[in-house]
Amino acid sequence: MANPGTTIEAIAGEFGPHLSQSTGMRLDSTLVPDKVVNTHCCFCGQQCGIKLLVKDEVVVGFEPWYDFPFNEGKLCPKGVKRYLQGAHPDRLLHAYQRDTNSPNGFRALGYDEAIARVASEIQRIQDAHGPHAMACLSGASLTTEKCYLMGKFARVCLKSSNIDYNGRLCMVSAGAANKKAFGVDRAANSWADILKTQLVWISGANIAECAPITTDYVWQARENGAKVIVVDPRITAIARTCDLFLPIKPGRDVALFNGILHLMIENNWLDHDFIAKHTVNFDEVAAGVKDCSPSRTAEITGIAERAIRTAAEWWGEAQSSFLLHARGIEHHTHGVQNCLGAINIVLASGRIGREFCGYATITGQANGQGGREHGQKCDQLPGWRDLGNPEHRAHIAKIWGVAEQDLPPPGVDAYEIFRKIDRNEIKGLLSICFNPLVSLPDNNFVRRMLQKLEFYVAIDFFMNETARYADIVLPGSLHEEDEGTVTTAEGRVIKINKAVECPGDAREDWRIIQDIAKSLNRPHGFTFDSPREILEELRVASRGGVADYSGITYERLEKEHGVFWPCYSEEHPGTPRLFEPGTWNPVANGNGPFYFPDGKARFNAITYQPPAEVTDAEYPYILTTGRVISHFLSGTQTRRIGPLVDQCPEPYIEVHPELAGKLGLATGDWATAESRRGTCTLPVRVVTTIRPDTIFIPYHWPGRKSVNQLTISAQDAISKIPEYKVCAVRLKKVPAPSAEELARIEPAARVEV
Amino acid sequence: MPVSELLEFFVDPARCIGCNACVQACSECDTHKGHSMIQLDMIDQAHSTQTVPVICMHCDSPTCAEVCPADAIKKTADGVVQSARKPRCIACNNCVLACPFGVPKMNTETHLMMKCDMCYDRSSVGKKPMCASVCPSQALFFGTREEIARLRPRSRAVNAFQFGNQTITTKVNMMVPNYAAADCIDVTGSMHGTVIGNQIDASVLYQGIETGESHHAST
Repeated sequence: MANPGTTIEAIAGEFGPHLSQSTGMRLDSTLVPDKVVNTHCCFCGQQCGIKLLVKDEVVVGFEPWYDFPFNEGKLCPKGVKRYLQGAHPDRLLHAYQRDTNSPNGFRALGYDEAIARVASEIQRIQDAHGPHAMACLSGASLTTEKCYLMGKFARVCLKSSNIDYNGRLCMVSAGAANKKAFGVDRAANSWADILKTQLVWISGANIAECAPITTDYVWQARENGAKVIVVDPRITAIARTCDLFLPIKPGRDVALFNGILHLMIENNWLDHDFIAKHTVNFDEVAAGVKDCSPSRTAEITGIAERAIRTAAEWWGEAQSSFLLHARGIEHHTHGVQNCLGAINIVLASGRIGREFCGYATITGQANGQGGREHGQKCDQLPGWRDLGNPEHRAHIAKIWGVAEQDLPPPGVDAYEIFRKIDRNEIKGLLSICFNPLVSLPDNNFVRRMLQKLEFYVAIDFFMNETARYADIVLPGSLHEEDEGTVTTAEGRVIKINKAVECPGDAREDWRIIQDIAKSLNRPHGFTFDSPREILEELRVASRGGVADYSGITYERLEKEHGVFWPCYSEEHPGTPRLFEPGTWNPVANGNGPFYFPDGKARFNAITYQPPAEVTDAEYPYILTTGRVISHFLSGTQTRRIGPLVDQCPEPYIEVHPELAGKLGLATGDWATAESRRGTCTLPVRVVTTIRPDTIFIPYHWPGRKSVNQLTISAQDAISKIPEYKVCAVRLKKVPAPSAEELARIEPAARVEV
Repeated sequence: MPVSELLEFFVDPARCIGCNACVQACSECDTHKGHSMIQLDMIDQAHSTQTVPVICMHCDSPTCAEVCPADAIKKTADGVVQSARKPRCIACNNCVLACPFGVPKMNTETHLMMKCDMCYDRSSVGKKPMCASVCPSQALFFGTREEIARLRPRSRAVNAFQFGNQTITTKVNMMVPNYAAADCIDVTGSMHGTVIGNQIDASVLYQGIETGESHHAST
């Protein structure tokens, strides 16, 4: 059913991506802005402070916000050009209905009519197939208020188990590991603790491109005398000046961390007091790494033994350290185990919960932290409570004014939602802030599932690639068109401020969700008049939970440049550093600094297992994927901003000269990468900065340029994160495409406006 | 108001991450909105992620001004070399060709040489230039000598450059590692040397690695 009524080219011709450039008012250097709005960048989890300049309800430019403490004015190119997403020709100003008679596949319809149509389709599907036949896919770039509302909407209004979010592709492995080891999931420290640490260990984090401002923290630590160890299959910019580089074979991180722990034990590089006083289960873990000798570690990880020994010695003998990781170790079928491996070496060193001693995953999405705390995850309720826990259910049901038994049971992860479509268990889908056709693995399967839906409604500010398959598209709000809070990679809750009103028929997302509830005649709990009112309810709902926001107000966030949760009361200062000795939390209740009843952290035994798909004679190379600095995630915004597209117009394949020589490839040649699931033909870059057995393709592009045609949908058993970072491919040189073929590969309009 | 004598520009190429934030932010500067006056150079993309931002070094004796037949390029009293003056510039390109750092750009639409002016509209009123404001890694740093000495103890500021027989001193400083003895950076000399690459060195790979190896079940 949900199938474009016309060609992708025709839809793209109308809805883009078109490229915005600075023109008109935005080039007028004499312009005096009507207002200057202190807010944050809309892109990554660092949430840099930025001042937006507004004239005649248009964001016309920016000014650095020097006083915001995290970035002190610094911005990456995405932040610099973010203002060009506003007043964009592709901005959806109306609701749209799919119309096979329209040349561009859609026709505009009135907002109220669109909402009524959505409500009647939801009602029809739920009447015919039950409440769970309607699913929601939400996103972690939304404000925490909206994330909270989406979780409540699915459970209270739709009464459906089936809601999940795109954090499933991002933070869940680290989140699950943090909960297993610490009982709480947040960066253990603010980045201030990086600055004077002695050793920075970075595993699987392309910091320079994916968290650029963090580079300054790491390099400032180095200026202050720290050594930097980088573990990555590629020499990324942060690795270029590191002190020790470990070129790990993708998917082998458990083996490396176990090998490091083996050497820590062998050389007695352990904090016995900390282990005894603040942890449990060390002996089991120690027994588990007995066989992880340096030579075996070298054999599995593809790293020379002497480099492994040096890393262990530096880690073992450091007096202070900060371990950072990101999707590089998390996007695996053993993503949770990889993170637990990292945590094991942190706990064995005893270097956590003190000044300049820290551990953190670098959250990817704008609200990757806040978006994973308050209930849009399939098994979660606000305040990081569990939907499967009767006590937690009763607590939240009371706040929501519903019966506990009316709350649905936990649902399934975002990818499983598509498999449920395949199994005819889900018939209708509502998506917001999620572009699964670009971002999910094996996306040819995702496309077939979208085509199979009886009804699909997408809420977005642009017609993203997935929305092209929708029956109804509702015009939501851009970041600068609404207010609310987000929680940064550091765990700092900050305030997003509204700069301009929603244009045309577009609405703030929370209004759209509430309008659907009202039209369904199920308005109970969806009558908020402002994001502030939603936060007030969230504060109450989070009270007593591990992610306690009860002391956080908009006024405090503005005045204090953000507040770190947990924050138990309006008098509480917030918590930049977790796990300090003697600190109280609601789970340990005074028994210790970690979030378990005994107050102790958990060592978790982990065993190396190979990735889901290993190389063989037929598919002999490892494909790994990642980001480039000028684009963000599925590119819905950045592929519409001219200067960012100019900076990186197309994806490419990175190949080491050894492999390139074997295949007769040179920079500028074209090659086809092929996995068991699909093919992708792209230009080649030959570089010595990648492992010879591995190729790299960035993932921000749709259609025939999408590397997610190749990636595998195998998932981590616990976190359900897909294994984006390893699959098996073959590679062959192909003739450069003709102009006509290139036009087919690039159907999106490239008109400059 | 002149640029404060206390505030200086320091370029620290070892910190450059190639992000282009400087290039993108330059085009947001009010004196040349829509046009970026600086560039990012790749050093040897096949072997290294090393990049270098190229801003105007604001020479004490600017070659661009010296070769200008129309006397269109002026240096303000505070040492900032400005874009060519519109009424005088004859778009001859002498400055573009002569600048040893490769900074001036000819705007072919307006027949006017434009160049990095240290965001004079900002720096002359005490604000940081756009590029140094946004630079995520602070490879471009604008501040006092005390600040840079405190923040970068591993390197020191040098402002003398050798191009063949020409020695140039500049208002803008280049940070060089403390272990480098030279007080003058021999730019042309180093161009004949080996490019210091940054490649995955076979010695840090486990020796069993081969491209396209068949997978061993045990690993």
